[in-house]
Amino acid sequence: MSYVSVFTLSVLMLLAFIYLYTSNYMAQQTDATIETEIKSLSERYETDGLNGLIQSIAERVSRKPAGSEILLLVDPALNTLVGNLNRWPNVPGTPDGWLNFRLERSAWGDGAIHWARAQRFRLPEGFLLLVGRDLHDLEMSKKAIARTLSWSLVIAAVLALLGGLAMTRGLLKRLEIINQTSSEIMSGDLTRRIPTNNTNDDFDQLSNNLNMMLDRIETLMEGVRRVSDNIAHDLRTPLARLRNHLDELNEESVNNNADAESIDQAIQEADGLLATFNALLRIARIEAEEQTDYFTAVKFNEVVQDAAELYEPLAEEKGQQLYVESAETNPYVQGDRGLLSQLVVNLLDNAIKYTPEGGNIRISVSVQSNQAYLRVSDDGIGIPEAEREKVFQRFYRLESCRSSPGNGLGLSLVRAIVELHQASMNFEDNSPGLMVVISFPITHAIAGS
Amino acid sequence: MRLLVIEDDKKTAAFLCKGLKENGHIVDHAGDGKDGLFHAMESEYDVIVVDRMLPELDGLSIIRTLRAAKNNTPVLVLSALGEVNDRVQGLQVGGDDYLVKPFAFSELMARLDALNRRSDGDVSQTDMRVADLEMDLLSRVVKREGRVIDLQPREFRLLEYLMKHAGQVVTRTMLLESVWDYHFDPQTNVIDVHISRLRSKIDKGFSQPLLQTIRGAGYCLRAQN
Repeated sequence: MSYVSVFTLSVLMLLAFIYLYTSNYMAQQTDATIETEIKSLSERYETDGLNGLIQSIAERVSRKPAGSEILLLVDPALNTLVGNLNRWPNVPGTPDGWLNFRLERSAWGDGAIHWARAQRFRLPEGFLLLVGRDLHDLEMSKKAIARTLSWSLVIAAVLALLGGLAMTRGLLKRLEIINQTSSEIMSGDLTRRIPTNNTNDDFDQLSNNLNMMLDRIETLMEGVRRVSDNIAHDLRTPLARLRNHLDELNEESVNNNADAESIDQAIQEADGLLATFNALLRIARIEAEEQTDYFTAVKFNEVVQDAAELYEPLAEEKGQQLYVESAETNPYVQGDRGLLSQLVVNLLDNAIKYTPEGGNIRISVSVQSNQAYLRVSDDGIGIPEAEREKVFQRFYRLESCRSSPGNGLGLSLVRAIVELHQASMNFEDNSPGLMVVISFPITHAIAGS
Repeated sequence: MRLLVIEDDKKTAAFLCKGLKENGHIVDHAGDGKDGLFHAMESEYDVIVVDRMLPELDGLSIIRTLRAAKNNTPVLVLSALGEVNDRVQGLQVGGDDYLVKPFAFSELMARLDALNRRSDGDVSQTDMRVADLEMDLLSRVVKREGRVIDLQPREFRLLEYLMKHAGQVVTRTMLLESVWDYHFDPQTNVIDVHISRLRSKIDKGFSQPLLQTIRGAGYCLRAQN
């Protein structure tokens, strides 16, 4: 509705402009004609004197059919000499000689009041010449134009209204489809999608975007269902064990046999659970994290060296060899040192854990085409190709490893950190064993802390 | 030690105060921020334990106010918020240590001891000594019974921290934080392995074992009396 009124207003202004311009033009033309006549008459006067002038005027006035000319020649005492006006109009003129006055009785017998415009021309010896035009025809034209333009305005408004209604109806129908589908989805059917017209117009783009969002929601919900199942399963066991310990303690305390060992075990179980929950929470937070303002330029060689130093004794205990290779030029990675360290630590932990005694583990940092590459490789049991996507799932443990210590969250955390740092991660076969390759974009910012 | 505990959760507060008193400390307790700040300004404490989330006035604001009033009592922040930024925030406003809930009581005790020792005038010593174990910080030389012990840089830092806190319980987390600057739990007994390596260098073959394991808590470097 408001668009229609805006449109109508614009058209009105446009038409008003046209009208004013046209009528102004017509008025100017009239004045120009009058001036031209005055000029030609004054030339006649110059060549043929007063007589010639009177002749000219008489000639023009008696022409049939009568035009809209107004001509009047008076003597200094305002007595009419010749012309088609009774007398000199009783109106003051403008300083440059223009007069606007009313014609008392039209010579054309239609009884209407006509306005006239004329210019006064002073002849030598005080004679006055009045040359002008009956503006009636002009007025009629102007009225006709105004009428036409007004009708145009009305038609334009009506067309705008009809057009608007037609378009709106089309839009409303599209919106209706979207709304309808949305309520069906909300009332439970997550598999529905919004139909599109395949015209790729704005509505289709909107529908496509909404459909993609729905796809994502469906995936997430699937994920949540799966994770809840895993969580339930994997946390129930330690919880059950904890309960058993406490049960035992209960009995033992009845017999005054409460064993420090049992209490320790119970506490350990509880700590294990807490650690798992903390890890879960950490992963969830990192995944949900959008803020990376606190990131600084971290020297990546050091991150790897520190982590390797932490784990080296563990590798040694297992008779494993840990090789560390740093990049020649220490690359700076934009990120959080703590998180990056945890990432490397998790990978090293896995490498040591899943490699038998006497095995080899290699960790290296290298720079290639503006990326910092972290490679952790071992000659352990590796990850079968089929399970390489699955290992990122929370609590996922390879069948062969179910009995070894660990909560199955290490790689989930690694992936969350990789994504937060805009890096990319791949598994490769080390034949035997696994090679983890992560590449980080290098930052050229000046080092922070 | 004279301690102030500002914690609004009744059960946690009761648990903390009881445990601390049982360990021989004098404990004052405040249940909300305003009361806590009042106590902190009114009396002298060795360490203040403050929870981040408090009614009336939050923990960080209390610390900020104390520091602005030139009160430099060591403060340990307790929090359920454990993310990187939260910790940094807590330390930036003037906190001295940050402990994430839930924590083991022994962890809290160890850290309180460490904070108290620190505030006992941190004159930088160039020489440290526990029984017959000597460490020269300038020349980076460690000797026991007069014999030089060869330590790798990280082992040196580990021993340095233990010696700085000689006689106090030092937890695995504290070691990880001070020697590696890691604020996460690696979930393996990685620190234990480092300690046993250190032990084999400084204790094996000498008169008495100085590096002791405190069950359920951590380690302690001290002479057996």
